[in-house]
Amino acid sequence: MVSRLKKFFSGTYLGLMLVFLYAPILILIIYSFNQSKTLGNWTGFTFDWYAQLFRTPEITDALVVTLSVAAISSVVATVLGTLAAIGLHAMKRRDRLLLENISQLPMVNPDLVTGISLMLLFLFVGLRDGYTRLLIAHITFNLPYVIFSVLPKLRQSSDMLYEAALDLGCTPMQAIQKVVIPDIMPGIVSGLIMAFTLSLDDFVISFFAGNGVDNLSMYIYATARRGVNPALSTIIFVPVVTLLLIVNLKSIREERNAELQSKKVGMKR
Amino acid sequence: MKQTKTTKPKTATGMLIRRSVFAYPYVVWMAIFILAPMLLILYYAFTSDGAVTLENIVRASSWDNLRVLADSVRFALYTTLLCLLLGFPVAYLLSQMKKTTAALLSVFFIVPMWMNFLLRTYAWKVLLSAFTNMLYTESAVLLGMVYNFLPFMILPIYTTLIKLDKSYIEAAADLGANPRKTFLKVVLPLSMPGVISGVTMVFIPSTTTFAISQLLGGGKTMLYGDLIYMKVITEQSWDTGSALSIILLAFVLVSMTFMKKAERKTSDEGGGRLW
Repeated sequence: MVSRLKKFFSGTYLGLMLVFLYAPILILIIYSFNQSKTLGNWTGFTFDWYAQLFRTPEITDALVVTLSVAAISSVVATVLGTLAAIGLHAMKRRDRLLLENISQLPMVNPDLVTGISLMLLFLFVGLRDGYTRLLIAHITFNLPYVIFSVLPKLRQSSDMLYEAALDLGCTPMQAIQKVVIPDIMPGIVSGLIMAFTLSLDDFVISFFAGNGVDNLSMYIYATARRGVNPALSTIIFVPVVTLLLIVNLKSIREERNAELQSKKVGMKR
Repeated sequence: MKQTKTTKPKTATGMLIRRSVFAYPYVVWMAIFILAPMLLILYYAFTSDGAVTLENIVRASSWDNLRVLADSVRFALYTTLLCLLLGFPVAYLLSQMKKTTAALLSVFFIVPMWMNFLLRTYAWKVLLSAFTNMLYTESAVLLGMVYNFLPFMILPIYTTLIKLDKSYIEAAADLGANPRKTFLKVVLPLSMPGVISGVTMVFIPSTTTFAISQLLGGGKTMLYGDLIYMKVITEQSWDTGSALSIILLAFVLVSMTFMKKAERKTSDEGGGRLW
């Protein structure tokens, strides 16, 4: 009885917290199908907001910028960052610690400061192109997240594998490609996903480092006073949630399978 | 046999040096886009017309600006406290559930971390103006901040709690502690590393936020981030903006050292490490 009551209260609390976290977005999504311009009075179902969304060049441009910057910056950061992690891992302790500490700067620095510092650099060297500025900024803040998700995997794997590959006649490049990379793949993938989602979501750094080319966050900020098309919330919310759920559910399922497997093995014994 | 003995150490060290080459492209990138920009901020903050000076820093630490910083810290403390009060029970309840259920449910609590924070803040703006008269008040700003940073409190506490060795709890029960005492004397102290990294992850970003107060506070609530924004974007004053940034950075570093110390004190293993 007591445990059932406890279960009820804990379920209610968790439910309320989920409502708190999701309700605002869900309400926006619901009202993106509302004919009325104002929230609160439902006048009828419509797809008008969606039609309008794709007829607004500022929005479609921002969408393209957001997605392409996220894709390019996360891939570049993953390649550079993975190679960097492999290099760092093989370095002497003193050099490695120095470089690791500097690498943490963008993670420790408030976004505001990172953004302003990049803005000053771009002004200093006279780089005007807004898109390039966004790309460089996003690669820069993505890099440490890739490096620090690959480094632990390198620490778990054994250096012997790499050396064995060399002994068996691989060139260093082949050994990295055929032995090291497959071994640390989970770290690389999670770094890539993290970089991609961080880039999709970034506002503060893009706002300061950018120049005239807006991503979605910058667009929302600029139009918040006039009112943002509510259909935008669906366009952003649904893919991100789907992507994250797929990734997480897959890992949960794998974990559960592994658990079942180990239970079976235990039973056989 | 002889051959491997003589050549292997050589190739091994030779390769170790060679492998570090892979980090060079990154090191160059880092020098240009991480170090150089920070040096530029330092340059703008500590020089005026090419001469080294503390003038900008002194000007940036005027009473008015310090009051804004104090206000931001107050807001950040409220936010952190509310996130802790709301988030700890979530993390605890999740950790008590069956492993697979907890893993699934926790995803839903963490997903908002990756949802466009501006859009979520904007959603509150629309909601508050349609259904309440709370918009453009300090409470609205506070609400927006708690809403945005709550997942950052839940995640580290949750990861610490699920790693917690259940045998400690059983031992406490075996030794006669009631559930309340077990929670206070065993679970709570052992969850401290998670609590501290949660506090860090909420407190620091909420000291530096600027969009939330602009969207939900309507410019009435001036936080430190807004001040920097004003100097850099509106007034285009790089010197003062850089000096303010340096003060902010110093503040962040000091509070982080403080948290790190607290973390070391509470546990030797430091669970829930996120950075």
